[in-house]
Amino acid sequence: MALFQISEPGQSPAPHERRYAVGIDLGTTNSLVACLRNGVAETLPDESGRHLLPSVVHYRSNGKEPVVGYEAVAVAHEDPLNTIASVKRLMGRGIEDVRQLGKSLPYEFIRGDTAMLRLRTVVGERTPVEISAEILKKLKARASESLSAEITDAVITVPAYFDDAQRQATKDAARLAGLTVLRLLNEPTAAAIAYGLDKNPQGVYAVYDLGGGTFDISLLRLNRGIFEVIATAGDSALGGDDMDHAIAEWIMQQANIADDADHRQMRRLLRDARVAKEALTRSERVSLNIDCGKGNSWQGELSRDRLNALIDSLIDRTLSPSRRALRDAGVTTREVDGVVLVGGATRIPRVREKVAQFFGREPLADIDPDKVVALGAALQADILIGNKREEEMLLLDVIPLSLGIEIMGGMVEKIIRRNTTIPVSKSQNFTTFKDGQTALLIHVLQGERELVSDCRSLARFELRGIPPMTAGAARIRVTFQIDADGLLSVSAQEQTTGVASSVVVKPSYGLTDSEIERMLRESIMHASADDVVRKLREQQIDADRLMEAVRAALAADSALLEAKERSDIEDGLKKLEAMRNGEDAEAIKQAIKSLDQTTQTFAQRRMDENIRKALAGHKLEEFDAARDKTP
Amino acid sequence: MAITLTQAAAERVRKFIEKRGKGEGLRLGVRTSGCSGKAYVIEYADKIEPDDHVYESNGAKVIVDAKSLIYLDGTELDYTREGLNEGFKFNNPNVKDSCGCGESFNT
Repeated sequence: MALFQISEPGQSPAPHERRYAVGIDLGTTNSLVACLRNGVAETLPDESGRHLLPSVVHYRSNGKEPVVGYEAVAVAHEDPLNTIASVKRLMGRGIEDVRQLGKSLPYEFIRGDTAMLRLRTVVGERTPVEISAEILKKLKARASESLSAEITDAVITVPAYFDDAQRQATKDAARLAGLTVLRLLNEPTAAAIAYGLDKNPQGVYAVYDLGGGTFDISLLRLNRGIFEVIATAGDSALGGDDMDHAIAEWIMQQANIADDADHRQMRRLLRDARVAKEALTRSERVSLNIDCGKGNSWQGELSRDRLNALIDSLIDRTLSPSRRALRDAGVTTREVDGVVLVGGATRIPRVREKVAQFFGREPLADIDPDKVVALGAALQADILIGNKREEEMLLLDVIPLSLGIEIMGGMVEKIIRRNTTIPVSKSQNFTTFKDGQTALLIHVLQGERELVSDCRSLARFELRGIPPMTAGAARIRVTFQIDADGLLSVSAQEQTTGVASSVVVKPSYGLTDSEIERMLRESIMHASADDVVRKLREQQIDADRLMEAVRAALAADSALLEAKERSDIEDGLKKLEAMRNGEDAEAIKQAIKSLDQTTQTFAQRRMDENIRKALAGHKLEEFDAARDKTP
Repeated sequence: MAITLTQAAAERVRKFIEKRGKGEGLRLGVRTSGCSGKAYVIEYADKIEPDDHVYESNGAKVIVDAKSLIYLDGTELDYTREGLNEGFKFNNPNVKDSCGCGESFNT
């Protein structure tokens, strides 16, 4: 017998036509699935009533399916190498990217034939995409059972800082799990939807998301029911896990446990640390009973004050990205109308205290901070599947790093600036550098710095078949387009002939969040140095262009020069070349100016000579006649 | 005769309306469609029409239009859990047969 849900007035579905789509928060530490039932968004519990699914996958040697969630956590300390936790940190990354992470992760990484890294497990090599797919499959099964329907459509949330590769990897994992991604949604944006902040007429809101492994701060502007994400910043290597580590280290000191504790002991200690941390959100002190191995144990006590002292510096590290996001958005804390708390770590009283202090107002925390992102995703999924509500929602996200192409001299021309709202499409015209140039290499880059070598290469492709023209005559329009999921496609078209070429950027591996952080920091630190380098490169390009032109002219028409004139020009060339290889932009500029003057007479004579040649054998009347024909 | 809610169903209705933030009660109805002829309607009621019948059951209001009442009179609405799934269940004495899944029925 069918079980029914309550619909909005006049929106009862026809039999067998009810459509469900779920929202999935695929988290570093925990994942959730939520859906709209009886008009209310709710997270779906498992058969034991637990809503969170630990994002942990355990591969078994007996040929059975891997286990996911609490069952996997339970065996993690017995079989750490085959129990994969925090796989989200590895999504869309290459082996180089995780080398620094590798120390804190007890897994065996394998360099595959592709840039995607693999982990060695008892059932063979597994990619982070495959491991994430196991978590998604588990959530899909839970949703299908809870709703008595095969669930295939989902909105999956990703950190605002995820780059193209990480977003693509998330989509790939969903496909492997048999899910259609209606949309990838930024986590803080989902949280704002869950709080129904769109019901307000307008305002600026900050979403402070301190999860197990990541910190994200986002600033949203609400205007006539429309959210716009005006700035995002964060720190990928900061979260509740780091607090657990800090507590575990303190326990090790107190209990005299050696630094070289093995994986199993570390896991046990981290578990004890987490339990203590969670208990301290409710009570002022908690007693500890630590198994030190070899039959020894240690008893002690951890007070909330001691905990605060251990984690204060970690909480303070969230404030500098918060300041940067405010600066990027051009708003002050006084202009922020509300602060939303997301992520389990925001339950910690000290975190709330510091956030309240920083923003000068009490943060919103009515909705369970673990569930709020999934609930928002469920609301969004319900709209996307076609069960629209009265007030439609329109959401805008932003790109975290600028996108551009390489131009002469190894410099980057930015086409879409960071924090531009997406979806977006922008074009810019470029031209050829050399006479008769018939192809152009388009090198797509991501980053804030001026030089190609300081930015991240996303893709390269060629535009061929440009008709031979003089340098600078071709008009090549390069268009960058980013869809609602943050995926980029780049196309180039020569305007006179229409020849075109394009690429969809699906980089082989991604950029770590901490690298994005580093790149942003460096771009600010190196802003003036970058400017100097840029000026130097520009002069060097001008110098190259002039030297090439003069050399070509000498080769063609040196007969027009006296010996002295010729040697003067050659001296000028040598001088310019020497300067060009130096570091002084101003000196190069002077040398260019001087060579330009030296060659003026030569240029004049060449022009006269060419005109003379062109006119030779023609009568003046012919030119008059020709002129009359031109409109 | 009347239409009744079990204790469990009434509690859910009250809770959902509270979360939704508005609503007079639960509107039950019947419309023609589906593989066995008729289908249930179960919606929030934002207003009560002149020809509506209103029943109060375990602290929650059930609203039924006069036309639907013919097919629903005597129905008891329950809220149950089947595995991970949960929802409202119609115990309708007027039903002669229903489609396999029970989403539509004949009287």
